[in-house]
Amino acid sequence: MSDKESIILVVFSGELDKALAAFNIAIGAAAMGMEVSMFFTFWGLNIIKRNEGNIRSKGIMRRMLNFMNRGGSRRLHLSRFHMIGMGTWMMKRLMKDVNFPQLEELMGMAKGMGVKFIACTTSMGIMGISKEAFIPQVDSFAGVATYLAEAKESRVNLFI
Amino acid sequence: MKADATLDCVGLYCPMPIYHTANKIKELEVGQVLEVMADDEGIKEDMPAWCRTTGNELLGIEEEAGQYKVYIRKSK
Repeated sequence: MSDKESIILVVFSGELDKALAAFNIAIGAAAMGMEVSMFFTFWGLNIIKRNEGNIRSKGIMRRMLNFMNRGGSRRLHLSRFHMIGMGTWMMKRLMKDVNFPQLEELMGMAKGMGVKFIACTTSMGIMGISKEAFIPQVDSFAGVATYLAEAKESRVNLFI
Repeated sequence: MKADATLDCVGLYCPMPIYHTANKIKELEVGQVLEVMADDEGIKEDMPAWCRTTGNELLGIEEEAGQYKVYIRKSK
């Protein structure tokens, strides 16, 4: 354990707005000199799924789930006013208007500052998502003990 | 105030100014002064907070017509 202060964020939600908030805080914390870990679980896994190709899984129910819940940073919806994509499209436009980076850019910045991405293996197992479904920037695949061990050492601990 | 380097964050919202500041300050030597220009009002609270946490010295914030100039001395 280094003597740097650390922060861990549990990213449970898979909506665009919540993902933006999570990465906003993660980048801010990294800029403040903190060590940052993001633990993606349940719907939050959608944020770190790759945008390209199909997500393969076994069994009819898991195949259906992964078809309807495809995920990928570019496919996320707003938690309010998605309006079959129109609201989300407009929000992205508004962000662009004020030179605010899109989610993929924020993710790249976070990675560039050494933010660690951890994917929850329990959620992956339940939903039938394999490692290949994720972007290569994911650092590790782990469970609740990893989260708790990091949370115990962290000064800031968030659930989004 | 005289600065050794200037960073233009005009038009950028949180967390971009502190993100760029954190990266830019790495290029400076200890004791040198960084000037950050910004127009997001949040900078007035955020930059002092960033300096407190990172251990850099906030020399002052100048405000003129909705634009801010923040002066930071790299302390470590």
